[in-house]
Amino acid sequence: MGVLIPLFYLVLRATEADWSTSAELIFRSRNLSLLQNTVLLTAAVLFVTTLIAAPLAWLTVRTDISGKKILTLLSVLPLAIPGYILAYALLGFGGANGTASLLLGFEIPRLSGFWGSLVAISLYTYPYMYLNLRSGLLGLDPSLEEAARSLGMPSAGVYRRIVLPQLRPAFLAGVLIIGLYVLGDFGAVSLMRFETFSYALFLQYSASYDRIYAAWLALMLLSITATILFAEYRLLRGKLFHRTGTGTARNIRLTKLGWKAYPAYAGMAILMFSAIIVPVGTILFWMSRSMDYSIWNGLTEVLAQSVSASAPAAILAAALAVPLAYISVRFPSPLSRGLERIAYLGYATPPLALALAFVFFSLNSVPFLYQTITLLVVAYSLHFLAEAIGPVRSALYQAPPRIEEAARSLGYPPFKAFMQSTFPLLKNGIIAGAALVFLSCMKELPITFLLSPVGFETLALNVWSYSNEALFAEAAPFALTILVFSSVFMGILFSREWSRT
Amino acid sequence: MEQNMSNCLLRVHGLSKQFSAAGEKVVDNVTFSVAQNEIFAILGPSGCGKTTTLRIMAGFERIDSGSVELRNRVIECQHTNVSADKRGIGFVFQEYALFPHLNVRDNIGFGLNKLGKGERAERIEEMLQLTGLSTFADRKPHELSGGQQQRVALARALAPMPEVIFLDEPFSNLDAVMRQTTRNEIRAILKKAGISAVLVTHDQEEALSFADRIAVMNSGRIEQIGTPEEVYYTPRTEFVALFLGRTNVLRATAQGMEALTDLGELMINRPARGEIKLSIRPEHLTLERATERNCNGLCGTILSREFKGHDITYKVKLRNGECLVHTDNRMPFSSGDSVVVKPLEPAVVLEV
Repeated sequence: MGVLIPLFYLVLRATEADWSTSAELIFRSRNLSLLQNTVLLTAAVLFVTTLIAAPLAWLTVRTDISGKKILTLLSVLPLAIPGYILAYALLGFGGANGTASLLLGFEIPRLSGFWGSLVAISLYTYPYMYLNLRSGLLGLDPSLEEAARSLGMPSAGVYRRIVLPQLRPAFLAGVLIIGLYVLGDFGAVSLMRFETFSYALFLQYSASYDRIYAAWLALMLLSITATILFAEYRLLRGKLFHRTGTGTARNIRLTKLGWKAYPAYAGMAILMFSAIIVPVGTILFWMSRSMDYSIWNGLTEVLAQSVSASAPAAILAAALAVPLAYISVRFPSPLSRGLERIAYLGYATPPLALALAFVFFSLNSVPFLYQTITLLVVAYSLHFLAEAIGPVRSALYQAPPRIEEAARSLGYPPFKAFMQSTFPLLKNGIIAGAALVFLSCMKELPITFLLSPVGFETLALNVWSYSNEALFAEAAPFALTILVFSSVFMGILFSREWSRT
Repeated sequence: MEQNMSNCLLRVHGLSKQFSAAGEKVVDNVTFSVAQNEIFAILGPSGCGKTTTLRIMAGFERIDSGSVELRNRVIECQHTNVSADKRGIGFVFQEYALFPHLNVRDNIGFGLNKLGKGERAERIEEMLQLTGLSTFADRKPHELSGGQQQRVALARALAPMPEVIFLDEPFSNLDAVMRQTTRNEIRAILKKAGISAVLVTHDQEEALSFADRIAVMNSGRIEQIGTPEEVYYTPRTEFVALFLGRTNVLRATAQGMEALTDLGELMINRPARGEIKLSIRPEHLTLERATERNCNGLCGTILSREFKGHDITYKVKLRNGECLVHTDNRMPFSSGDSVVVKPLEPAVVLEV
């Protein structure tokens, strides 16, 4: 509900204008170029991420390359560096005053616009594609391939006709996540000055205050998102391939790489150089230059403000996730599935559109909440609710429903029975969910932009506004703090994942 | 006998339940009662509605019609639904449903939160001793074997001293040897504590050896209620006869206390007339070597033999069809021998 009501206000605001004004706003030729830019960037990012992720997934799952665990870990590491920080690093790396020129003595062109956005977003998002393809490859039943070989199919044919079709759901899942991210991304494209819907929406809102046009832009962005969601749904329907055989799958026969491992390592090194070493190096470089700035002093205060919004949001999201996950797991029905879908809708909604919807909603119905931390916290938690539901849900699947009935039969009323029997088993899932939301809120940029109270500063806001003015040294401490936070949380999440497998 | 049981503890009347409006009735007009200190079993194949019946009585499912009374108090009918935690019924789940985050002691003490600290500890100790779990008190459920988990589940359900305890296929997760011993132990514990029990199972041997009385259930209905001997020796229907072990079902023409079958003239257990079906257990038949005198045109041929140590089961080909005969191991026939099948007991007339 929390998601739907603000969206309703968005429509309300957009349709406030009379029809001719609206028509003029919708059919502006600028919209066409925005659409072109947005679609172009999305498609290009999807292409590049697949190009990076597919060989990586194949290398780390299906070949005998040594050091797979390290390679896997390195492959997902860029997740810790948000797109706008990568954009900041790329901007600070190239050009006459960039890291490359100051440190290494040669000048490389500064990336910006389409290419800058493409590189920054691709390097940040390819791990999502990688993780999906990897788990898709791991889930394949090797006996299917063996069956195909025994029926006389050559190995190239096996890949084309057996492996690739089965990877389709994993690939589509990756496409969905990355597609939604590119549509919603604001930080990277705005720093790179590339006009997509999200960026135009921001400019419209912050510069000219043309709220009706902003509302229309948000609706157009939403309809592109809806198209992607619908296409995904249609493509995936009836296409989930489960292993039909029983028993555990045998180990996959690994391809021997031989000397071909060296180019593979080299490719990996180039990727790591651009996705990790360049941004981290750039941040550290500018960091060393910011030592004498007074900005250092403000850091703790900004950090505290970031936490003051992120922590309550994480707790609220976790608190909402428990009943939602519980209802959908224990009482599956069209209604409960619908409830859960809404949570995912909040996640899929481009953050700027969601934030704008909250602005209109609060101005209209709850003006006393406008530009308060409360509203920011609510928006955060609704946007990231899906991240909290995931872990709670999987924990719930592992908690047998019978133990709650056991508690009932031992004299506990329903709520107490839940608290005493099931809840303790959800603890880890709840903590993991809250941690994910917390981390996302700490990195969040566009929602914070539109909804934070006047004078409220977060780490992400400061990185963005300083690098927007090319004040790379001033931005460095905040960027580094975000980086440290991200890596610590990633480390915790992945060590849980490792220990489980 | 059902209705005027003076020490009746639990009474179930006309219980019906369907999960979807269009679907079949999962439980269809089920009526029975359980006496004080009685162990009652509901026996039936999977999907017959026995577990649903148990879950309705425990308060985990609602009913469509009928009623459940505990000590003459209605706990479930269309207008009443005493919640599961207020029924005072212990429940042992098929999967045990032990709380994985609590150790054995705390699992057993879970239902004792209304007792004082000292009394609680005392009761837990008592239960640990009763079930022989004292040495495992501090272990977590996943550190126990299946049989031990099963006893914890029982101890946990018994600890609050419920008037009646429900057991849902409690032995099905144990291997054959464990099942036998655990069953005997638990029966002894229940009898010692003087607690009534309702057991749900699909294992006829389990029901026969564990229960004082058995209700045999088939597609939502109860086909027969009786002591193990009654349901085994005098099954009311063909389903009951077949479900409770091997039997021979014969078509027959009855006249008074006798009936004509493929085995010749048989005595029957109650007067009947016309076309009927009979059941006669393999152990109620014996074999004689066929001679000209005893044959009478009714002799059969041994088709196969199954040697099981202390006894032998023969499959005998008759003029129309086959029959099973269970003899002791002193009757050595072999395949192809001509034999005559002789009844040792009257055959049981089945309701059609």
